[in-house]
Amino acid sequence: MIWNEEFETLPREALEALQLKRLKNLVERVYAAVPYYRKKMEEAGVRPGDIRELKDLRRLPFTTKEDLRLNYPFGLFAVPFEKVVRIHASSGTTGKPTVVGYTKSDIDSWAELMARTLSCGGAHKGDIVHNAYGYGLFTGGLGAHYGAERLGAAVIPISGGNSKRQIMIMQDFGSTVLMCTPSYALNLADVMKDMNVDPKTLKLRVGLFGAEPWSEKMREEIEKRLNISAIDIFGLSEVMGPGVASECIEEKHGLHVFEDFFIPEIINPETGEPLPPGERGELVFTTLTKEAFPVIRYRTKDLSRLIPEPCRCGRTFYRMERITGRTDDMLIIRGVNVFPSQIEHVLMSIEGVEPHYQIIVDREGALDIVEVQVEVSEEIFSDEVKVLETLARRIEREIKDLLGISCKIKLVEPKTIQRSEGKAKRVIDNRKL
Amino acid sequence: MKVEQISIFLENKSGRLAEVAAVLAGAGINIRALSLADTTDFGILRLIVNDTGKAKQILKDNGFTVGRTEVIAVEVPDRPGGLAHILGVMKDQGINVEYMYAFVQRSGGNAVIIFRFDEIEKAIAALQKAGVVILKGEEVYAL
Repeated sequence: MIWNEEFETLPREALEALQLKRLKNLVERVYAAVPYYRKKMEEAGVRPGDIRELKDLRRLPFTTKEDLRLNYPFGLFAVPFEKVVRIHASSGTTGKPTVVGYTKSDIDSWAELMARTLSCGGAHKGDIVHNAYGYGLFTGGLGAHYGAERLGAAVIPISGGNSKRQIMIMQDFGSTVLMCTPSYALNLADVMKDMNVDPKTLKLRVGLFGAEPWSEKMREEIEKRLNISAIDIFGLSEVMGPGVASECIEEKHGLHVFEDFFIPEIINPETGEPLPPGERGELVFTTLTKEAFPVIRYRTKDLSRLIPEPCRCGRTFYRMERITGRTDDMLIIRGVNVFPSQIEHVLMSIEGVEPHYQIIVDREGALDIVEVQVEVSEEIFSDEVKVLETLARRIEREIKDLLGISCKIKLVEPKTIQRSEGKAKRVIDNRKL
Repeated sequence: MKVEQISIFLENKSGRLAEVAAVLAGAGINIRALSLADTTDFGILRLIVNDTGKAKQILKDNGFTVGRTEVIAVEVPDRPGGLAHILGVMKDQGINVEYMYAFVQRSGGNAVIIFRFDEIEKAIAALQKAGVVILKGEEVYAL
């Protein structure tokens, strides 16, 4: 079912007219209210009046995570603070989180978008939505929650963790819709198996999964093991949170971007040039309606392409292909964003450890397993086993303390980690995503 | 009183031990005694050779991580209670044995055991006081 027939099936021409109207308004608002954006636009030689048609969007400068960091925490808010009713944050790359804000109207739009998302995935009024996204600073929990309420479903705000209890509640309350990360869905399947719970005896019908990259193969596994239909949903806190794009249950091929709220672009990540629909590149979003924290041409660093062909579900919004990678080397380990440079930082802080390391990521069952290989230099080598093992445990503990992820340190012989001419190959990701 | 031992870091993969042996053989170095400590991920090979300096250099040149440690070579009477006596001395002094391994060659009628102690000077004093024979480096390399 289509939640908002009027907007979700707008003919392209009407949709683009609406986008242009909203874009002009956005640029004017931001130019007037956010000195940082105004300065960037002035440097780029563009004024709000220069936006006359949709393709003028490309004249506007990009916004990056670095811009957000420089304006931590509230520097890019575009409304007086008393209009802000909600603040969320996501993990940052260097300690400080990325902070986003919402007005009452933003929260209202977000609920609409998540109601659309749930509808897109086949949920409806009367469903019991088991919301296992984390509640808190993370946008997943509350974003999904408001959407499910807007839809008219009954929400179980169970949040993450305590899988046995989750399964008991699924059985007793009769949950019909599951919302969580795809890896947590597989974890629930594992725990069900341990508890001898047959998914066929549950009322679960559909799952909406997002917040981390996953694959077609993983979808098959989730669908088979939980006996449900699995839908890929997409969002990021900088743009809104969940509710930016969603697969429809009819096709399960590409995620409809809610284009009356967001303009997606695909650019060449090296040159910044916009690419024509269909070509693969970096995904960029502009928020059209957001009041508290609008973004103009925000570079997601996610790689995708747009599918302009009409979809049989009837929605006229372009679809974005499932995210296939990143333009940077960020890894998502059990939902935690990890940059190799952070691991390097830990290694370098330990005397005698040389900067030759490699990170190997695998998936065992539903869990991401990280091994960090470290070359043993003469300085850290010892004839005693316990000295080397203590060192390995110490590195593991420091990585855990700093990044919040468990990993295994494997000591290897010198020169066994490949040296490359240019950029070292720091990461081997064996997960089948 | 002390004997120089070299230690080599080895990953647990086939052929590495053979490579160490081949490198030493190629340089005409004779292995007098050895022990291999292994964990799930790596091993530490400890060797007493006839020419420590040369062995260390040639292994380093071949890309191995090599360490040098001082150990003690002790003559142990080849009869029941021989080893127990020596370990008893250490226990009384509160000296910890990090590891030990036996020599293939005998010294006269006695076995030779290599000890790595946490407190080497204290161990030497205690052993001498107890009348245990400690072999000199040159004696050990030439056994």
